Amino acid sequence: MSAATRLGAEPGKFTRGVILGLIGAVFAIPIIAMIQFTFRDGLAGDYTLDHWTGLVGEDAARTYRGLLQAVGNSVVLAIVTVGIVLVLLLPTMILVHLQFPKLRRVLEFICIIPITVPAIVLVVGLAPVYGVVVRIFGSGAWTLAFAYGITVLPYAYRAIQSNLDAVPVVTLSEAARSLGADWPTVLRLVLLPNLRRGVLAASFISVAVVLGEFTIASLLNRNNLQTALLQVSQSDPYAAVIFALLALTVVFGLLLLIGRFGAPRNRRTE
Amino acid sequence: MTVAQAPALTSGDAGAGPRRHPLSGPATGRPARRGVGRFVGLTPFALYVILFLAIPTILAVTTGFFTEDGTLTIDNVAGLLAPNVLATFGNSFLVSAVTAVVGAVVGALVCYALLGTRAEGALRTTIDSISSVLAQFGGVMLAFAFIATIGTQGLVTRLLAEVFGIDLFASGPWLYQVPGLLVVYLYFQVPLMVITFMPALEGLKITWAEANATLGGTPFTYWTRIAIPVLAPSFIGSLLLLFANAFSSYATAAALVSQGSPIVPLQIRGALISETVLGRENMAGALALGMIVVMVIVMWGYSVLQSRTSRWQR
Repeated sequence: MSAATRLGAEPGKFTRGVILGLIGAVFAIPIIAMIQFTFRDGLAGDYTLDHWTGLVGEDAARTYRGLLQAVGNSVVLAIVTVGIVLVLLLPTMILVHLQFPKLRRVLEFICIIPITVPAIVLVVGLAPVYGVVVRIFGSGAWTLAFAYGITVLPYAYRAIQSNLDAVPVVTLSEAARSLGADWPTVLRLVLLPNLRRGVLAASFISVAVVLGEFTIASLLNRNNLQTALLQVSQSDPYAAVIFALLALTVVFGLLLLIGRFGAPRNRRTE
Repeated sequence: MTVAQAPALTSGDAGAGPRRHPLSGPATGRPARRGVGRFVGLTPFALYVILFLAIPTILAVTTGFFTEDGTLTIDNVAGLLAPNVLATFGNSFLVSAVTAVVGAVVGALVCYALLGTRAEGALRTTIDSISSVLAQFGGVMLAFAFIATIGTQGLVTRLLAEVFGIDLFASGPWLYQVPGLLVVYLYFQVPLMVITFMPALEGLKITWAEANATLGGTPFTYWTRIAIPVLAPSFIGSLLLLFANAFSSYATAAALVSQGSPIVPLQIRGALISETVLGRENMAGALALGMIVVMVIVMWGYSVLQSRTSRWQR
């Protein structure tokens, strides 16, 4: 028994087990129910594999064409959104960190705004903006990524910033500069390798957020994974739940990867 | 630990930034850019944020003050005081407050149970990952999960009916109304609490418990006199974040609620998509303004409490 447990500052093994076991069990039920649902054969209470095998059958590509196209849209949106994070946010954060330390608070404030201005509010103002966007870029599915780049801003910012804070970026780049490296070289050989974890974490969390986004797509009459899931659920709820489970698995995998290699966390207490 | 010292080092260096400008180093013959030119690198991001964050936000909160043909009016904003709109805000407050309080208490309990486990250990990393997935697991998929669980033909509904003879829906289809949101929202509120509150609980120092014991205190006095007062600002801050999270949540409700628009986000949808009724789109603007006001107040409280917390966390 550790000192902290004896002093009452930490729970004992038994207490910990009871709390985590109970809450864990309650939270597992909906997931189990979803899985069980995909094996149900109608309302009779029998079980069948048909709903899963139907996904790989010959007609599947035709039956689920709309859903597959929506998955494609969401994948494209995820890629373009990550592109926006890497091309617009990342260089700006490095630049501010290196040369405009006074603007750090401003940048942080801007990147946190999308939490205060939720998607349902933003979409009211996005509708007219997208009227213009469609005229310039056409109505391709990828254009929605402009809005998603804003949605993922708080998450991507936090992931990259915690990495920037943990690495002596200024010292490193000045060392490289004084050894004669030009800025592209500094970026490529010194900064990016050191920021790899933060950049990866930012990309993964962006993908996870984009795959789960419904509000903006739905209200701008766009088609993505989530809007298609809702639509399919009305005609084929089994397929909708199976696709939802698959999406959930992908997102869980991504976030597990962040836990493994990604996000360097602030460990103030250690 | 070198990494822990890095931030201090970095910010110290950066404070002297402009004078020891890297561009003016001996390595290049290029002159350092001065004045406005220095800011050129910031323009792409600035333009992007103006176009897709600033303009939409401004449009969203100002359209409420105009009529369809562009003349100023106070009617839409005054419409916020109509009884049915006020009732909707009331519902939103109720759902957000209840799920925030319950979510915060249950989430804090999970954090407490995790105290004393290694941060890099398998248990903690797994719960961290699961929590981040479930905190993101809003929307359509969450609605599916709960319809499969406690919907009219859900797994738990059937079990209760067959084994115990309990009819979950004796009092009507509550899952598809406001009471349903209370249950369903908890599924992402608790994990969000775990993510946001864990760092604060980790900041509790073992020396405080030792000091308490040395002075003759019990575990009870440790929690009531030391830990809880120290954690209070962070707990309330996290609670506010949970409130904001539920208040602005749209997708789950959109997929679950079958009739009417009992909460504000759904009422905004109603105003946005009903093109037949003239001037309704501007009503969406007024509702958005109402939401923003609430969100700004709540998030302001959150940041104040958060900065109070970080004072002793260092």
